[in-house]
Amino acid sequence: MTAAANLYPRRRARNVIWTVLAYGATALGLAMLTIILATLLWNGFGGLSLDVFTKNTAPPGVVGGLLNSIVGSIIMTVIGLAIGAPLGILAGTYLAEYGANSRLAVVVRFINDILLSAPSIIVGLFIYQLLVVTVGHFSALAGGVSLAVLGAPIMVRTTEDMLNLVPNSLREAASALGMPRSLVIRNVAYRAVASGIITGILLAIARMTGETAPLIFTALGNSLFTVDPRGPMSALPLIIYEFARSPYAEQQRLAWTGALILTFAVLGLSIMARVLSASIKQK
Amino acid sequence: MTNEVSAQAPLQRAAPTAEKVVLRGLNFYYGKVHALKDVDLSLYEGQVTAFIGPSGCGKSTLLRVLNRMYDLYPGQRAEGEVMLDGENILSPGLDLNLLRSRVGMVFQKPTPFPMTIYENIAFGVRLYEKLPKSELDARVESALRRAALWTEVKDKLNASGLSLSGGQQQRLCIARTVAISPEVILFDEPASALDPISTAKIEELIDELVNDYTIAIVTHNMQQASRTSDYTGFMYLGELIEFDTTEKVFTTPSNKQTEQYITGRFG
Repeated sequence: MTAAANLYPRRRARNVIWTVLAYGATALGLAMLTIILATLLWNGFGGLSLDVFTKNTAPPGVVGGLLNSIVGSIIMTVIGLAIGAPLGILAGTYLAEYGANSRLAVVVRFINDILLSAPSIIVGLFIYQLLVVTVGHFSALAGGVSLAVLGAPIMVRTTEDMLNLVPNSLREAASALGMPRSLVIRNVAYRAVASGIITGILLAIARMTGETAPLIFTALGNSLFTVDPRGPMSALPLIIYEFARSPYAEQQRLAWTGALILTFAVLGLSIMARVLSASIKQK
Repeated sequence: MTNEVSAQAPLQRAAPTAEKVVLRGLNFYYGKVHALKDVDLSLYEGQVTAFIGPSGCGKSTLLRVLNRMYDLYPGQRAEGEVMLDGENILSPGLDLNLLRSRVGMVFQKPTPFPMTIYENIAFGVRLYEKLPKSELDARVESALRRAALWTEVKDKLNASGLSLSGGQQQRLCIARTVAISPEVILFDEPASALDPISTAKIEELIDELVNDYTIAIVTHNMQQASRTSDYTGFMYLGELIEFDTTEKVFTTPSNKQTEQYITGRFG
């Protein structure tokens, strides 16, 4: 009785401490996010105008926009996705459906985990050596490839994780109808976790559109409007990096506006990913 | 009761005509675990054969040998002979997908595919036949009728298979299996996750289906075994202890363990 009387208040005190710490950490995280978003809105919202979306980046003193950067970001993300998504999804499928615990799968999984946390500047330098030095000039293609290298591991991981959620009973049921393995995967397993795999793709897009470092060595940047992937190209993160260091007020304002557009695009994608993955859990 | 399934008293079927599946000296291993020991038995054409026994006795394993479902998992292997119409299905060169089109399986937990009710059935059919839309529609309907599900779903064929109740889902799975016209259907505790009314429906269905198919059913429910089957095998620790007509096994079992199990004294 006395022991219990002694233990109980201590346990309650400990409970209070941990609860406060947990709430505190949450509040801190949320506060940071709010401050970031508020700062972006405060500084960037005023710069939003039609010019931003219709004019290219311009030298100081000329009214410019971000058109070439926005288009560049989209083009390079599309290139990155076109290369990274098939690779990532197929490799994830291999790991979950075929490789399982084979030695090759263990190695691939390990390498993928390393790539997942690889510093993006290293990836940029790697592609620089591979596709810029050998070709002789910077290009959006090289930028897209470096984004693919960053995005693919995310899709490998989410695809594998999602496919591992497919119950074996479903695979057995499909096989019991005489369905070949590849069809079981394509028509039953993929379908069962489609929204999860799409979530992975959206997360990868979010990551790719926000990257600056790998583009510095590959796409370089371009003050002109271009859609030719063989040459240098502008991108939002690059122009933010450049204009934020500029001494001219109008360029600084454009950097804020670019940051605002980029952040909300990525935020929108993340929210979409969340909504989709919530809908998969309900099933 | 739906009128799709005619009420029919069990155990009044014609005497066995032919052996559809014959097992000789079947041994099965999960890695090093010897799960089935020298099993010999026959499944007769157009008859229901039930397998009973305590958990872990090997009855589900036995079923999973008959369509080689174990093949999905490395480390599991079967030895001996399993003859389906005189052909050994354990032989290495066998086309597994073809075998599974002849030997269908219904599982313990309903496993509708994540697609519409219609697609759940049409999908399997398309694996084997290219049918024009109208014929495919007819095939889907007849499969759903055979599974006594048509009246309940005919107005929502485009709804997700997952939106059905557990009992309906299980009948959808039966319809899916029937749609590809197998010769043998394996039921692995098909009603153990269902309520009594759904269970009764499944049992009625089995009674109806056996007119066209050879059926093997694993069950934990003694009454279900005695109600639905013509033959019963009692298994214990991987061995087939007794195999005879259901009437014989449930009234005058020749083995002491069988008697104790069916009277609920062990297991």
